[in-house]
Amino acid sequence: MIPELGHYALVLALALGIVQAVAPLIGALQRDTALMRLATSTAIMQFVFVALSFAALTACYVTSDFSVVNVIENSHSMMPLIYKFTSVWGNHEGSMLLWVLILAMFGASVAAFGGNLPTTLKANVLAVQSWIACTFYLFILLTSNPFLRVAQPPFEGRDLNPILQDIGLAVHPPLLYLGYVGFSISFSFAIAALIEGRIDAAWARWVRPWTLAAWMFLTVGIAMGSYWAYYELGWGGFWFWDPVENASLMPWIAGTALLHSAVVMEKRNALKVWTLLLAILAFSLSLIGTFLVRSGVLTSVHTFASDPSRGVFILMILIFFIGGGLALFAWRAPLLKQGGLFAPVSREGALVFNNLFLTTACLTVFVGTLYPLALEAVTGEKISVGAPFFNLTFGPLFIPLMFVMPFGPLLAWKRGDVLGVAQRLMAAFAIGLIAIAASFAAMGMSSVLAPFGIGLAFYVMAGSLVDLVERTGLFRMPMATVRARAAGLPRSVWGTALAHFGMAVTLLGIVCATTWGEERIVALKQGQSVTLSGYDLRFDGMVQRTGPNFRELAATFTAGSGGVAIGAMEPSKRSFVARNSSTSEAALLTRGFSQLYLSLGDVNEDGSVAIRVYFKPLVLLIWLGSLVMALGGALSLSDRRLRVGAPKPAKKSAAKPSTLQPAE
Amino acid sequence: MRIIALICLFVALLLPQPVLAVTPDEILKDPVLEQRARVLSQELRCMVCQNQSIDDSDAPLAKDLRMLVRERLVKGDSDRQVLDYLVSRYGAFVLLKPPLEISTLLLWGLPPLALLSGIVMLLAMARRRKAVVLDTPALSTDEQRRLRKLAE
Repeated sequence: MIPELGHYALVLALALGIVQAVAPLIGALQRDTALMRLATSTAIMQFVFVALSFAALTACYVTSDFSVVNVIENSHSMMPLIYKFTSVWGNHEGSMLLWVLILAMFGASVAAFGGNLPTTLKANVLAVQSWIACTFYLFILLTSNPFLRVAQPPFEGRDLNPILQDIGLAVHPPLLYLGYVGFSISFSFAIAALIEGRIDAAWARWVRPWTLAAWMFLTVGIAMGSYWAYYELGWGGFWFWDPVENASLMPWIAGTALLHSAVVMEKRNALKVWTLLLAILAFSLSLIGTFLVRSGVLTSVHTFASDPSRGVFILMILIFFIGGGLALFAWRAPLLKQGGLFAPVSREGALVFNNLFLTTACLTVFVGTLYPLALEAVTGEKISVGAPFFNLTFGPLFIPLMFVMPFGPLLAWKRGDVLGVAQRLMAAFAIGLIAIAASFAAMGMSSVLAPFGIGLAFYVMAGSLVDLVERTGLFRMPMATVRARAAGLPRSVWGTALAHFGMAVTLLGIVCATTWGEERIVALKQGQSVTLSGYDLRFDGMVQRTGPNFRELAATFTAGSGGVAIGAMEPSKRSFVARNSSTSEAALLTRGFSQLYLSLGDVNEDGSVAIRVYFKPLVLLIWLGSLVMALGGALSLSDRRLRVGAPKPAKKSAAKPSTLQPAE
Repeated sequence: MRIIALICLFVALLLPQPVLAVTPDEILKDPVLEQRARVLSQELRCMVCQNQSIDDSDAPLAKDLRMLVRERLVKGDSDRQVLDYLVSRYGAFVLLKPPLEISTLLLWGLPPLALLSGIVMLLAMARRRKAVVLDTPALSTDEQRRLRKLAE
């Protein structure tokens, strides 16, 4: 009964979606307020029904209802409860259901919190949002029904792919989808603006919080995915330039560009057409990512099942939205009036620079990911594009980008003084140079380029704080004044500084972990030890254990530093009976921001074990930096000016000019 | 102790594949050659995997290729010769960084082209606008007061 209810709820959501896709548009055309208002209630009810449908599937998983095909194929009665929840989206059908759940959630949030939007804009946005939702409801109902039943239920399920039986599955896909799908709102806003043929600074202000939220989720989602791959896949890498990873990186880069260009549009009413285009592109790239992963064009751990009919369906969705969106753009964009003039050296100029490099970086990833597919389709010639290509082409684009990064927030709008800003960044330059010298002194000439990377990272870190230091009067004024000023600064200023700071922290982590990491591959017998980067690891023996739905062979090691034991490490191999497959669980030992990484290989006949052990200096900074970036986004999002429907603060009396905030 | 060793062996046999990419027995005695082998391995694709280098992959084919790379290096091949040898055997598909040819012209050319044309376009636009910016008169005090009122 429950699966049927879930199925039916999804059909009802589709019915509501069709109403919402048509009625508000007609309402907006005929200025019929009742029809336009309809969208608010249908959007909220759509979310309720999709949530019911999702809850039904979750119930099937939690109760191990093996009459449902989806549950048989991806669950096992012995699985720990948390994985019963997460395996709901650990498969193709369920993950698509999560996709539409989040889509409906964003639609409902616009309906619920978009009270200050003009009625026609809101109606159009919700209608466009519903077109997207309807196509995906249809996709699920026609090609990927998660509620399919079997006549004779088996006693036991086939278990979830062991690699997915990890806490990472609880975090990574929902966050990533929140990001991907969040860009649908920017897309809907862009299409709605094109339909109305009217766009202004207010539009940018409405669309920015949604973009910012999506960007934040995507940032954390990608970072968590990267950390998951790092510890689960067992070879210590954090980014593989795998097409599926690239599929998530492209919307992130486009979204980052969109955030920056939307600032220009909000503050200076310029770059309108470009911002619209980016909004369309960011979501288009999310759709392309979904297509690449879900169609079976690419195979990887993310591709749960491949079925050509699904691929064709998603390709049609893709053509409809990307093609339609870009065609509408080409038709209507020339009608939009350009505003806000600026000199090349200005904050707008810096943001345009940012957009130029980010777009090129995005294009590089796009070409590198899709070129092999296209070439094979056209000429039949097979080529590979992998990490060496991207390191050579993508990496260099980020050097100028990061160099200019601290300049941006310090330059004045309209016309900036680049020499003046450089002067204010003197301390940051000095810190960067000291970092370069210190790296050379500490590490010698082991790498010629890496110290410059470190210098760049420190320069950006210091540089992104300059704005805060100057505006709070730190080092110049008494502590009380500084505190008062810091509290009075707009949160978006803090957000910018933190996000830029986080980017530099990530860079620092990448440079250190990839340059000065050490690696040993050895076979050890019991009692033997191996030394690397000042740590020694002693192999103590093997232990056999039984988990809830797996058996585990663990090797116990004692890690020591200078003769003092600092911890135990237990890498293991798990064999999962139901799927007759195994995973290798690496052991991690954290020292500050660095990690010792130990993964287990074969057990030889003479009782020795093959191990691969890495020392990864400052590797945690890679993900920590991403979290700081996302935190910057969160701070900026909490800025009063962006909070949807936030009341204006009580006007401060003009008698206290010192509390006046700098004009933003 | 023997029982544990037996269990280990048993479990090891049960597992469908080795989990480590590079295994200890593959490693060359000469650290310089080994380092070169590792660097080369990162440039070569394991053809049965999804975009993985043979250095990362634990597939048997990747192991064979790693052995082959090391064999050629021991015989005194230069890095270039090793890569050429593998390309002659397996085609350009084996290279993770495709060579610049007619068929990869767009792949290598598009990103720099996009950057350059973007810069040229922006410069042209800035030039066109410069005149306009200079022509715009400054705000009068009255206008500035109105602006401040609006901004509040």
